[in-house]
Amino acid sequence: MAAGVAAWLPFARAAAIGWMPVANCPMPLAPADKNKRQDELIVLNVSGRRFQTWRTTLERYPDTLLGSTEKEFFFNEDTKEYFFDRDPEVFRCVLNFYRTGKLHYPRYECISAYDDELAFYGILPEIIGDCCYEEYKDRKRENAERLMDDNDSENNQESMPSLSFRQTMWRAFENPHTSTLALVFYYVTGFFIAVSVITNVVETVPCGTVPGSKELPCGERYSVAFFCLDTACVMIFTVEYLLRLFAAPSRYRFIRSVMSIIDVVAIMPYYIGLVMTNNEDVSGAFVTLRVFRVFRIFKFSRHSQGLRILGYTLKSCASELGFLLFSLTMAIIIFATVMFYAEKGSSASKFTSIPASFWYTIVTMTTLGYGDMVPKTIAGKIFGSICSLSGVLVIALPVPVIVSNFSRIYHQNQRADKRRAQKKARLARIRVAKTGSSNAYLHSKRNGLLNEALELMGTPEEEHMGKSTSLIESQHHHLLHCLEKTTNHEFIDEQMFEQNCMESSMQNYPSTRSPSLSSHPGLTTTCCSRRNKKTTHLPNSNLPATRLRSMQELSTIHIQGSEQPSLTTSRSSLNLKADDGLRPNCKTSQITTAIISIPTPPALTPEGESRPPPASPGPNTNIPSVASNVVKVSAL
Amino acid sequence: MLRAPSPALNSVEDEFELSTVCHRPEGLEQLQEQTKFTRKELQVLYRGFKNECPSGIVNEENFKQIYSQFFPQGDSSTYATFLFNAFDTNHDGSVSFEDFVAGLSVILRGTIDDRLNWAFNLYDLNKDGCITKEEMLDIMKSIYDMMGKYTYPALREEAPREHVESFFQKMDRNKDGVVTIEEFIESCQKDENIMRSMKLFDNVI
Repeated sequence: MAAGVAAWLPFARAAAIGWMPVANCPMPLAPADKNKRQDELIVLNVSGRRFQTWRTTLERYPDTLLGSTEKEFFFNEDTKEYFFDRDPEVFRCVLNFYRTGKLHYPRYECISAYDDELAFYGILPEIIGDCCYEEYKDRKRENAERLMDDNDSENNQESMPSLSFRQTMWRAFENPHTSTLALVFYYVTGFFIAVSVITNVVETVPCGTVPGSKELPCGERYSVAFFCLDTACVMIFTVEYLLRLFAAPSRYRFIRSVMSIIDVVAIMPYYIGLVMTNNEDVSGAFVTLRVFRVFRIFKFSRHSQGLRILGYTLKSCASELGFLLFSLTMAIIIFATVMFYAEKGSSASKFTSIPASFWYTIVTMTTLGYGDMVPKTIAGKIFGSICSLSGVLVIALPVPVIVSNFSRIYHQNQRADKRRAQKKARLARIRVAKTGSSNAYLHSKRNGLLNEALELMGTPEEEHMGKSTSLIESQHHHLLHCLEKTTNHEFIDEQMFEQNCMESSMQNYPSTRSPSLSSHPGLTTTCCSRRNKKTTHLPNSNLPATRLRSMQELSTIHIQGSEQPSLTTSRSSLNLKADDGLRPNCKTSQITTAIISIPTPPALTPEGESRPPPASPGPNTNIPSVASNVVKVSAL
Repeated sequence: MLRAPSPALNSVEDEFELSTVCHRPEGLEQLQEQTKFTRKELQVLYRGFKNECPSGIVNEENFKQIYSQFFPQGDSSTYATFLFNAFDTNHDGSVSFEDFVAGLSVILRGTIDDRLNWAFNLYDLNKDGCITKEEMLDIMKSIYDMMGKYTYPALREEAPREHVESFFQKMDRNKDGVVTIEEFIESCQKDENIMRSMKLFDNVI
């Protein structure tokens, strides 16, 4: 149980009053709270570090916790101090805000912890000073992106049982990992895209000569084969497109999306080619259309995350790209003009017009330097070198911005993937902690009754046994115990549950009288009169699971041994049930009563009867160490 | 880089609106008058409350989350919702410290009749003054949900319904299918177990 929520335990226990009228059995006694927690309160003592300040300083901002009467809730009369159980580091910043009027955000602090503290003290984050505001906003944005990623992946992984067929299909298309069929489809389409692109490329490779004619590209030599390949690919793409169209939640939006346009453009040439067969006039245009087949390569962007990131980066860097283009254009025009006029004098100059000089300027500024246009005059050469130097600068400026954008988005995706991979481990750890707490309850149930009895008996030397669980834990366990009583069912752990299921489906219910039980007249009369008896086995140590169950039975026996008559009505009603109503006695189980009963049989029973609350075996009071050791052994 | 695409690359470029709500309770003296807690008890309660809900109010989601920490094995969200509605007396969707303390004052320091009234209010989901079998069945199912799957004996589908039947048998005097507040209080007062268990958590605070 989280430590912070322990403060709400009293509330949870009080709320258990809602179960009381519904329950049919008496509730177990609450663990006694012998020493009420003495809070140590020190004025403006934040987790041990004392801060002192004038009261008027705090009252400067009356709409915050420290400036209003709310802090009276945190005042301790004994030490005349205000105690806050919060982070002293952040409190330093908070207090400085009162002193100087400026709120700072320390860089080493985690953003959500800082936000929590600010919310606690009633301070709006907006008043963070300008010096620290950028950092704060950046961190906050990253945090929110992370949260959104988490939510997205959570939503994607939640099983939504009531999805229509269409929705399942769409989900399968968007996230190939959801089912094997989707994954197969994903890889098949990827393969065919690759095949199609390769055929397009290989088609144009010269393929050897056919005797009696010039060298032919492979496409014309094996035209039938290539045509079949092309047909197959286009059919796959068409089917895929139609399926996506069918499954899309909003067809209009799907048709307008970039990917679907690419799909259409990729397969259109084929169909147009089918339609316009052997028409010489338009076959030129048709050949041009074949160029669009290369767009199929863009279909890979569905398959490659990096491509999508690249495209997304370019989109998000539109302004930087625009600036790059604009500045380049400006520089090109300037230098082209200069070069033209500089070279105008020289004869046979290639710089025939300013637009012709554009080519030179571009080639020079991007440091390509083909050498097809070269200045001959001295002025031309001077300006040419200035051109190439400035070209490097102008291009280098916006590129880092684009690169940093790309890397930010890329790393963000990497982080998301890493977090998803770690999520499984994280969830496993959370699950272990959860089962740990419920196992703690099951474990303490075995020893729990001992503690309650000890507390009631008040024997001093047994106190140490009761301290093995803290007061909060024992209160929590008492709460769970009350729930069990209300519903007349018990908590067990997973393996036992499986075992019970198996046993209940397999076995009959033997009913032999247990000799050890009958040796306890006090215990057996009330509880066993209406119950079937257990079979006893020699307590051996091979089956800890059943021993646990038997300890639970033991605990329940003892509880019911001192019940009011009103309980038996419910007990009998449970016994009448054919299946689960029968108490555990019907399963093969080990009774460790033998162990417990041995130490002090006769002395127990009168005490066991006289005590109305759920009494544990009293052996502990008479022979503490022996019985406790015995019990501990059996509980292992 | 050839791997399946992650979910949509939506950028979070929007600015974040400020959505902190801060609620401050009335002063300690007023709360002392309105409830039956002592000053120290109120302090302790508030500290716990404020720790989990720094904004001063708890909404249903928070409430469910807090309550679920105590029942690791089962699903306590439905019962937490019912509890939330019982505490949120003015039905504004949030429980402030005053609501919280007022409810607790009834449960822990009120007379037995007050507590029975509160329990009745909890069960009466639509607050119409009587508990029908359906309401009780919802409550019962939510309580049984808190047990989770791994129980002994294994939970059957009909267990809540049977429990409701036995409850109505005990409480519904005139057998008209609903339990009114008078029948409820009368039947509870006759049952020693219930009377005793109502006092069980007196020293919780």
